[in-house]
Amino acid sequence: MKMRKTVTVLLSLLLVLSLFAGCGSKPAESTQSASPDPSQGAESSQSAEPQETAKKLYIPVLSKGFQHQFWQAVKMGAEKAAKDYNVEITFEGPEYETQVDKQIEMFEAALAKNPDAICLAALDSKACIPLLERAQAAGIPVIGFDSGVDSDIPLATASTDNILAAGYAADKMAELIGGEGEVAVVVHDQTSGTGIGRRDGFVNRIKEKYPNIKIVDIQYGGGDHLKSTDLTKTIIQAYPNIKGIFGANEGSAIGVLNAVTELNRDDIVVIGYDAGKQQKDAVRSGQMAGAITQDPIGIGYKAVEAAVKAANGETIEKNIDTGFKYYDKTNMDQEDIAPLLYD
Amino acid sequence: MSTKTKPGKVIFNNDAAQKLMAFAALIALFIIFSLASPNFFKFDNIVSIVLATCVNGVLALGITIVLLTGGIDLSIGTSLTFSAVIAGVCIVNLHLPVFVGILIGVGTGALCGCINGIIISKMKLPAFIATLGMQMVLKGLSLVISGTKPIYFNDVKVFREIAMGSILGKIIPGFEIPNSVLIFAAVSIIAGLIITKTIVGRYGCAIGSNEEATRLSGVNVDAWKIAIYSICGVFSGLAGILMASRLNSAQPALGAGYETEAIAAAVIGGTSMSGGEGTIMGTIIGAFIISVLTNGLRILSVPQEWQTVVTGVIVIAAVYMDILRRRKK
Repeated sequence: MKMRKTVTVLLSLLLVLSLFAGCGSKPAESTQSASPDPSQGAESSQSAEPQETAKKLYIPVLSKGFQHQFWQAVKMGAEKAAKDYNVEITFEGPEYETQVDKQIEMFEAALAKNPDAICLAALDSKACIPLLERAQAAGIPVIGFDSGVDSDIPLATASTDNILAAGYAADKMAELIGGEGEVAVVVHDQTSGTGIGRRDGFVNRIKEKYPNIKIVDIQYGGGDHLKSTDLTKTIIQAYPNIKGIFGANEGSAIGVLNAVTELNRDDIVVIGYDAGKQQKDAVRSGQMAGAITQDPIGIGYKAVEAAVKAANGETIEKNIDTGFKYYDKTNMDQEDIAPLLYD
Repeated sequence: MSTKTKPGKVIFNNDAAQKLMAFAALIALFIIFSLASPNFFKFDNIVSIVLATCVNGVLALGITIVLLTGGIDLSIGTSLTFSAVIAGVCIVNLHLPVFVGILIGVGTGALCGCINGIIISKMKLPAFIATLGMQMVLKGLSLVISGTKPIYFNDVKVFREIAMGSILGKIIPGFEIPNSVLIFAAVSIIAGLIITKTIVGRYGCAIGSNEEATRLSGVNVDAWKIAIYSICGVFSGLAGILMASRLNSAQPALGAGYETEAIAAAVIGGTSMSGGEGTIMGTIIGAFIISVLTNGLRILSVPQEWQTVVTGVIVIAAVYMDILRRRKK
């Protein structure tokens, strides 16, 4: 026990020292903290080099998953930030976005390593609160990303405003179908923050602004391409006069697209969410009217960036809005949109 | 001798009642949904239902043969994924001809099944554990080999035609039934023949009824088990190709969990989990009951949470009916 205590004290001393080193060596950061340009990033990583010999900051990034292309893009952004700020990160997440328990275990394991900060995309906005409290007690700053938690402990959250983005999708849908008719929504699930946010964002906007549009059905396909295809076909069978369908994530959007293609119903307006090769191709060819894209690389980058700042004791903005864009075949190659569309 | 007459009985007499009951249930569902919604009994929707049954149906055919022996294969879902990914790598990355890629994909399924069989019969692991392990291995390998990225067949236009083209539509204009359905039908007939007409089916049933007796009567039980798990693997591989073709991509993250639905189809169709009993017709009906139910409940806009509850209740009810029927005998 004594041994352990000494080690802890020594480690925290080192940490405090490295903190000073970090603050001292980054005067440029405070002037333009939001987004360092590449040259500045390089500068800061150079200045941080001597610190490396002392102790490189370690920041575990706990994602919601790693299989989907979206998370791979978030990982890319996180790794880029890690390189720019010369910190060490690990990126992990459970296999399914329903495995709240697995994520909690990962969180516990991460805490046990006594990291300098933690980035967390919580699968369940409440289940992680006890662990957040432990992190707070241990003085480990937590930065949320992708979706928030029902707690004030995270110092900042880098995420897309899903409600706003889905509301915009609803406006586009209304515009494309001429302000009246039947529409349906295919969502990945009814429990996660993104599922609920996008569903409600879309549905509420339609209800508030477009009295002549009727939402006839909302179904959940688990983000599984095959299941979403079959269930969308059923929706179209049940409501043959349907004019538009909104797919709330990549798997759902591809499912909607497959269904419309299989039934030869190219009169149905399809609006998707996120990117991926199939969705991009469909938008380019006009099969899909358009889609909302988030900025996954930006989400990963800003989460790690905020974590570094928090670990260095800098104050950070509470809500980091990473923004969204609507893309269709006319604007998808523009330079402000193309980089957001991952394959 | 007894081992040879027994399976015959099992297939033709024993299951008549169960088959009839399952079939009656299917018809009843059709009538109920048709009355409840005018959009249910339409050509397009029926095609949708059949198409939605194909992947699960082919998986269920394979698992039925394994269940007959009293075994189980929990790896069929991820074996499907793995076969699809391997086919994708062969066709897209290595530019092999499509049919070669398909053969390798299906062969991969067979190989996975074969390994299952060897672990179960030679290393004496319980089938549940062996295939559970295999399920995880294949899940991981699919992600590793694909680099966690879907493999798209966009540049190989023929590939989508395998499942989604329509040979029938070309012969009879307007009768646009996707090939996937034809493949499912053909594979069903083959599975039926395997069970009823071949020595594999007979020995499989015998093993399921009484493994020790079968062994004592001089049958090489181990070899037949390996063969049967390999055959099941072939079906998983085929299902993988069908799914990849329909989605025009090999999705490394899909497929896990599909085994439960396939087992449910077999069980609803009267296949006994303790082996020795089951028919292909029953399994096909079981698979259709599941997809008619999901389709119908969706058409009626029943919330998804309840759809799952209803399917679960049906599984329990079907097995309970089976138990009641056997008690009477």
